[in-house]
Amino acid sequence: MTRHFDTKSLPGFGFITLLCFLMLYLPIAVLVVFAFNAGTSIAIWQGFSLRWFVSAAQNDQVIEASIRSLQIAVVAAGLATVSATLAALATTRTKGYRGMKTKVLLFTVPLMVPEIVTAVALLIVVARLKVWTGYTGLGYLILSHAAFCVPFAYMPIRARLAGMDSTLEAAAMDLYASRWQCFRHITLPLLTPGIIAGFMLAFVISLDDVVITEFVKSAGQDTLPTYMLGQLRRNITPEINAISTAFLALSVVLIVVFYLVSNRKKT
Amino acid sequence: MPDQSLTELETALNRADVRRRWWLSLPALLIVLLAGVGPLAIVVIYSFLAPGDYGDVVWKFSPEGWFNVLFTKDIFDGTISIADAHLSIFWRSFKLSAITTILCLIVGFPTAYYMAGRSPRTRALLLLLITVPFWTNLLIRAFAIQQLLRSEGVVNLLLMKLGLIDQPVQLLYTDFAILVGMTYVYLPLMVLPLYSTMEKFDFRLTEAAYDLYASRFQVLTRVVIPLVRPGLIAGATLVFIPCLGTYVIPRILGGGSTLMIGNLIELQFGQGRNWPLGAALSITLVVLVMLGLLIFQRNDRSGGEK
Repeated sequence: MTRHFDTKSLPGFGFITLLCFLMLYLPIAVLVVFAFNAGTSIAIWQGFSLRWFVSAAQNDQVIEASIRSLQIAVVAAGLATVSATLAALATTRTKGYRGMKTKVLLFTVPLMVPEIVTAVALLIVVARLKVWTGYTGLGYLILSHAAFCVPFAYMPIRARLAGMDSTLEAAAMDLYASRWQCFRHITLPLLTPGIIAGFMLAFVISLDDVVITEFVKSAGQDTLPTYMLGQLRRNITPEINAISTAFLALSVVLIVVFYLVSNRKKT
Repeated sequence: MPDQSLTELETALNRADVRRRWWLSLPALLIVLLAGVGPLAIVVIYSFLAPGDYGDVVWKFSPEGWFNVLFTKDIFDGTISIADAHLSIFWRSFKLSAITTILCLIVGFPTAYYMAGRSPRTRALLLLLITVPFWTNLLIRAFAIQQLLRSEGVVNLLLMKLGLIDQPVQLLYTDFAILVGMTYVYLPLMVLPLYSTMEKFDFRLTEAAYDLYASRFQVLTRVVIPLVRPGLIAGATLVFIPCLGTYVIPRILGGGSTLMIGNLIELQFGQGRNWPLGAALSITLVVLVMLGLLIFQRNDRSGGEK
């Protein structure tokens, strides 16, 4: 009997793959497990308990930071999605016109600028504006978040638009639909999965951001990530694991929704 | 002449269309210019100003910010010397990013190859498993590594239980910790583009090569690697470039003596109180990143022509 010869793999590759997935999941798994630890250690298991979730839920700073994170993410992702949708409509399904390439570049290049550079750039501008206007509210954070979310919202929406059949719209126009009716009843429904995907991406990106927020925020404007960053160097307890676990759970839910939405476009 | 009026109508319609498109893109343009590209332009200006005593700048032209990127002037006797501290941080960033890219390649290439050879259902599942960590919070992932590597963390505890060490080893706040963290965080970015090129790879080619008595090594280097080269380059770009500009990972996993460029920039806006130097360093980083992208892209193209 000859040994099976796999032409689709090489010796050891299966093992490395296993290692790769272990590497990706073990650290997170350990973090989550110790969120449920009854003791104060993050490495020695002392029994199951929800005490750290309770203590996180009773920590006013955590609650406040979470609410602020969500507020910023909703408004910034909303702003980014609406403007990115309009921008995508303006830069697809055309032979091209003067300035279009520059616009597309403007909407995508920010992805390549290191976050720390964007952060100090915003720090410079916002520090000035705070002195000039006296306004120190959440507006700066929302606008900054919207700016780095635009590329993430723009790309899926543009991809969806570019792949869309324009004959339906042509038919609607032939049947004397107004421009608005055509957009409202044909383009928008067809584009919705792209818009939802764009919004989810922007929302997750905004929720996760720590660098830019850290530099732009005024005193007392901690978001959940900047609050966590502030805690990391201290003597930590599993409370931070509990917060991380809750955060992860939210992210996973969002990813699943994102997957369901983006898979729907295939059918 | 009906023909002429028709073309006139067409150009008029075209013009209206272009005008409408500009209005549509206005909100996004405003947001990006106001809080993205605009501030970057201001950073360029700031790099040519003099530092203020308590941070910020004095509105006076000064090339010192740029001078300080590479040189230092002794406060007492005014002798000029090369800024070793900066150069070594630049070198460390480059070195750590390159090693991370290689580590990601060593783990990522076999993984992507293995994944591509599975049945469609297994493939979809494995792909999802690679994507999920990619979308989870970077801070939390870096934090998970920090917990593992702490003196009282799981790794040290395990090593002590196994009798390999008597007392905790300092793992955290070292270059090693940064390497582990960056590899962990950016691994999906290597696997995803590699996988997407390998997914289209025709495995009949490897079969044919084996039939023609190619060794496994030959199949890998003469058949597979040349064909998945675009994926390799995309993966290397997506790992190397963000590593070069990383700030959060060294902040959480590195110590005071293991700074990378991102932390050096932050330092100038914090304790350093030298905003022009920070601005000049920022521009330097952006230029390095763009150069890196250009080199990777060049390689990609020359590979495609062959």
